[in-house]
Amino acid sequence: MREYQNIFTQVQVSAPDYPGVPIGEDGRNRTKGIVHNHLLGKLGDAQLGPIYLGTLGVFALITGALAFLIIGMNMLASVNWDPVQFVRQLFWLSLDPPGPEYGLSIPPLNDGGWWLIAGALLTISIMLWWARTFRISRNLGMSNYLAWAFGAAIFLYLVLGFIRPILMGSWNEAVPFGIFPHLDWTAAFSLRYGNLFYNPFHMLSIVFLYGSAVLFAMHGATILATSRYGADREIDQITDRGTAAERGALFWRWCMGFNASMESIHRWAWWFAVLTVITGAIGILLTGTVVENWYLWGMKHGIVPAYPPLEAAPVLDPMMEGAQ
Amino acid sequence: MKIFTMKLFASTAAIAALLLSGCDLPPQETVQRGYRGTGMEAVYSPEALEEIIAANQVPAAIPAVSSEGPKAADIYQNVEVLGHLSVGEFTRLMAAITQWVSPDQGCNYCHVPGEGFEQDTLYTKKVARVMIAMTQNANQSWGAHVGGAGVTCYTCHRGNNVPEQVWTIGVPPRHASGHVHQMQNVAHQESSVFASLPIDPFTPYLLEDGVARDQGNTALPQGHEASIQSTEHIYSLMMHYSDALGVNCTHCHNSRAFGSWEESNSERVKAWHGQQMVKQMNNEYINPTNAWLPAYRQGPLGDAQKVNCATCHQGAYQPLLGANMLADYPNLGSLAPAPTDLVEEAMDVMEEMVEDAVEAIEEMESASLEQDDSASGEAH
Repeated sequence: MREYQNIFTQVQVSAPDYPGVPIGEDGRNRTKGIVHNHLLGKLGDAQLGPIYLGTLGVFALITGALAFLIIGMNMLASVNWDPVQFVRQLFWLSLDPPGPEYGLSIPPLNDGGWWLIAGALLTISIMLWWARTFRISRNLGMSNYLAWAFGAAIFLYLVLGFIRPILMGSWNEAVPFGIFPHLDWTAAFSLRYGNLFYNPFHMLSIVFLYGSAVLFAMHGATILATSRYGADREIDQITDRGTAAERGALFWRWCMGFNASMESIHRWAWWFAVLTVITGAIGILLTGTVVENWYLWGMKHGIVPAYPPLEAAPVLDPMMEGAQ
Repeated sequence: MKIFTMKLFASTAAIAALLLSGCDLPPQETVQRGYRGTGMEAVYSPEALEEIIAANQVPAAIPAVSSEGPKAADIYQNVEVLGHLSVGEFTRLMAAITQWVSPDQGCNYCHVPGEGFEQDTLYTKKVARVMIAMTQNANQSWGAHVGGAGVTCYTCHRGNNVPEQVWTIGVPPRHASGHVHQMQNVAHQESSVFASLPIDPFTPYLLEDGVARDQGNTALPQGHEASIQSTEHIYSLMMHYSDALGVNCTHCHNSRAFGSWEESNSERVKAWHGQQMVKQMNNEYINPTNAWLPAYRQGPLGDAQKVNCATCHQGAYQPLLGANMLADYPNLGSLAPAPTDLVEEAMDVMEEMVEDAVEAIEEMESASLEQDDSASGEAH
């Protein structure tokens, strides 16, 4: 098994076409063609197809493509249909939500209306795709871990673009569709609500996000490092613990004093990923709705450290009476 | 394979160089300006600092002259804002202004050759008068912002007819006719410091009465309303402050609480007064000149070219790095005494003269009476 001792995928299985397990009536949703590609095999499975589209997949792609098209055409309109400027300014361009003056009303198409339509289509597309993950896992006789994990991410998406704007009474609170603009939104959102770093749910979300990355690296590295002893059969080894599982466990027990099991490491990973978006969504949901200023909220609850004053004379707000 | 790897490395290096070309190369110098661990620090690139120092040298001052002697208003006609200067001071300042503002065109930039100096034929002369008053007013009334160094014409002009960094009310770039442009999300805009933030942050805060503060002052919501959109406008304005002064956010703010004054440096108070000063300059001095301005000195909406932080600061945390040029030109330090004051002064002087005269007459009368008495005594 020397092939595993490399940072890139080394093993590529050459196998005859494999059409997949029969799934009864739904089988007609699958395409027929099968292609084998060596370069694809460098990244994942060398076999491409048959692809399962189905009604949900087709409509998810159509609504998603429509949203993509609306966003792109609005960006193109903002540069006077100039393809050169479209490419040059692409990272700056955006389809913005309606201005604050519209509240939750339906704005004119060219002043935020397209944003609502694109958002609605994108939401439909994502929900259809969610239903598709649910249905396909059922078809394959799998449980629905994937669908629920994806659902957690969708919850964050809905909080950002739909639930919180409605609670705040303004579509303007939602995120624009644009590369730099959505980053500006993120920074402005934190500035507006007094520094999101003092939001405990934001803290939790960061813990789970960075934790997910660390866990992913730890797990991937452990399995690759013990694959020569059969760790590639990691699910078997949950109950039929072999020397690969033992060595991986010993490594972490000796190194860290505690180790996961072949089963629990996957639950750690799943929960860390899911909690990243769930805690994040709660943090966003509370911002502006029940907390106005996270820094002041943090002061109130004793999580903001006090520092010595910067200057001998206290700095006062020049707009406050008697300050100057 | 080796060639491929080499090509890969070469192209990666080229891309990395391209991406980093917008950055100042290390080493950077960091100066701690606040409590440890709060990130309150100034970051300088020594390389960039050399350029800034070179660009902010003060020109040699013209030798000072006496403030004694006849006043400019008595000798010349139509002198409104500098009439209280001595003729020597007046001539010296005219020469300095020529160096500062129109070194190439000379006196003829404002005065028509062969015509009397008192004529207001050229718009430039009328603008110059307003600009001198604006400078005097800044020095007299805005010590909270310009105190210590003061401002002269050179602070902004630096040898240019119009300061290099001015602004006019923003218009959206070319866009499809039915599209409502959001005045943001435009690439390569100096006004939004190349971000996708709003491209005209000046009109709301440096011309209109927009208040650049969006955070609520309470932990929990108590009816304070401010949209994300207006926060992005403030963000863009703050990027301008930062860019114009060549400083980062922590020059004024502790970044953990941008809104909190207690957490801020006193520089933030200076900046606040600067905003009020610029707003007054734009509304009370610059906008009225628009009546005489030719179209090529106006923005796309026909408004005058206005002042923002960069107009004076030009990338330095203090214009000309804090050099006190005003000390060499104290005549720009305060506004000319207002005409009403002159009348009052004249009235006071006349009253005094009348009183003196009355007193003198009374004295003379009493003296002559005494003389009469003594004379009569002698006679008795």
